Amino acid sequence: MQPIIQVQDLSKTYDSGFTALHEVNLEIQRGEIFALLGPNGAGKTTLISIVCGIVNPTQGTVSADGHDIVTAYRAARSKIGLVPQELSTDAFESVWATVSFSRGLFGKAPDPGYIEQLLRQLSLWDKRDAKIRELSGGMKRRVMIAKALSHQPDILFLDEPTAGVDVELRRDMWEMVRELRERGVTIILTTHYIEEAEEMADRIGVINKGQLILVEEKDALMAKLGEKQLNIHLQSPLTELPTGLNGFRLELAEEGQLLIYSYDSQQLGGIASLLKSLNELGLEVKDLHSSESSLEDIFVNLVRGA
Amino acid sequence: MSTWYGVLEMNFHGILAIYKFEMARTWRTLMQSIASPVLSTSLYFIVFGTAIGSRMGDIDGVSYGAFIIPGLVMLSLLSESISNASFGIFFPKFSGTIYEVLSAPVSPFEIVSGYVGAAASKSVLLGLLILATARIFVDYTIVHPFWMLAFLLLTAITFSLFGFIIGIWADDFQKLQVIPLMVITPLTFLGGAFYSINMLPEPWQTLTLFNPVVYLISGFRWAFYGISDVNIMVSLGMTGLFLLICLATVWWIFRTGYRIKS
Ligand SMILES: Nc1ncnc2c1ncn2[C@@H]1O[C@H](COP(=O)(O)OP(=O)(O)OP(=O)(O)O)[C@@H](O)[C@H]1O
Ligand SMILES: [Mg+2]
Repeated sequence: MQPIIQVQDLSKTYDSGFTALHEVNLEIQRGEIFALLGPNGAGKTTLISIVCGIVNPTQGTVSADGHDIVTAYRAARSKIGLVPQELSTDAFESVWATVSFSRGLFGKAPDPGYIEQLLRQLSLWDKRDAKIRELSGGMKRRVMIAKALSHQPDILFLDEPTAGVDVELRRDMWEMVRELRERGVTIILTTHYIEEAEEMADRIGVINKGQLILVEEKDALMAKLGEKQLNIHLQSPLTELPTGLNGFRLELAEEGQLLIYSYDSQQLGGIASLLKSLNELGLEVKDLHSSESSLEDIFVNLVRGA
Repeated sequence: MSTWYGVLEMNFHGILAIYKFEMARTWRTLMQSIASPVLSTSLYFIVFGTAIGSRMGDIDGVSYGAFIIPGLVMLSLLSESISNASFGIFFPKFSGTIYEVLSAPVSPFEIVSGYVGAAASKSVLLGLLILATARIFVDYTIVHPFWMLAFLLLTAITFSLFGFIIGIWADDFQKLQVIPLMVITPLTFLGGAFYSINMLPEPWQTLTLFNPVVYLISGFRWAFYGISDVNIMVSLGMTGLFLLICLATVWWIFRTGYRIKS
């Protein structure tokens, strides 16, 4: 199937001379939730802004649903909704007016029924006549989501949708994103919260210093890189690893008091044989605990290694 | 867009959305946007038209009070067109809401139509209101009503475009004010709003011809009383020329993304 978004050799050098994106290639599949992870300044917003037409690319091409974002911008942009990272809203307009404005701007005839449904869904119906400046930050964020959805886009970009949002609203938002996906909307979100990507995404891309360093199915990523570790605290410290343990991926830490055993979460047989070997070598075990590397660890490792 | 049927693809809902948004701003700030220019022009009429004007002779057979009407209307038209249109585009840039317009399927032409159309509508409305107000103070005639409206419209559109350019160029509030205040106001006052340029001694009479506002006021006054400082065709030509310059500048702005896209 043709990807809904296709980014080819995309680079961006700002007027300041700073290169924020280096030859990025990315394909987003129809109907998926794609999470873009990366530290501050990695280029996430730059990438999104180019796809949405807010920033001009220096090099490369992007197409949305088969339409080039430069030569066929009208067709491309009418498919896309954007919730930007910054909370920039009008101040004096009412919620209803600003959402209706967005729909018109994107070339759609008025549809009060749909706008009502949208506002109800986002718990903004009671606030429809309120001026935006009278709303709380979380409500403003929901208004921005309503604006982005006002023209029924097929592709939704959420640039850090849950930054500065309380736990409850975050849950609501995840719920909403899932509902949208069920209706066939493709969603691309950026986030700093690893658990968000872990919770929501079908696929994950990691970007660092303007380079896309990894794109992977979330499950595969977790399985592939999701190593477990067994920490074995020893009664008496070791100066070096005994040769009898050569077959295991072991590391010695805490001045020889701690043995760290890394193993694949898929293969569990290793622990038993390790413990047997320890026993045979006469090493006494004081304590044991295992830890699972989260997406966060994977992410930190990747970004450090890059 | 490059084909003849491009017009069918135009995003009319988008133009209308911008237009309505801008007009809503007008109604919201009714006092500031309509009432205050009408009030200040009324003050001009009272001071210059009635108080001082009663001691002045006629100019080209027109009473002084009536003579200054076209100039005063132009004065408001220019400054209001510029300030409306410049603020209309500057503010979204300043607040960040411009992202939405940039990410929408609207062409530069549609964006300009919406913003400039609204600013010009408001100016024309204001011009007509000032004319109605003037009626309270002085009697005047309009010999060429069609040309009066044409000049009103042409000037409103041209200077709204000019304001749009200023709004894009300005990156702070001070720059937004500086051109209207330091350039347009002096040019209007020296452009023959309160006198006929024939009353000026040389070299001022010749120098004045480099002031584009002279042509606007002269042409506009001709539409009222059939008298003008410069030939009506020259007036029309100069206004048209300025319109073309503004259009070309706006075209260049969108082509290069100047100060709106990085
Ligand atoms: N208009 C601009 N001019 C110059 N440099 C810019 C501009 N916008 C962004 N940058 C730079 O480009 C880099 C990438 O910025 P971007 O906003 O895309 O990062 P990000 O991944 O979205 O970061 P964050 O997680 O903090 O939102 C940063 O180093 C930033 O300073
Ligand atoms: Mg960002």
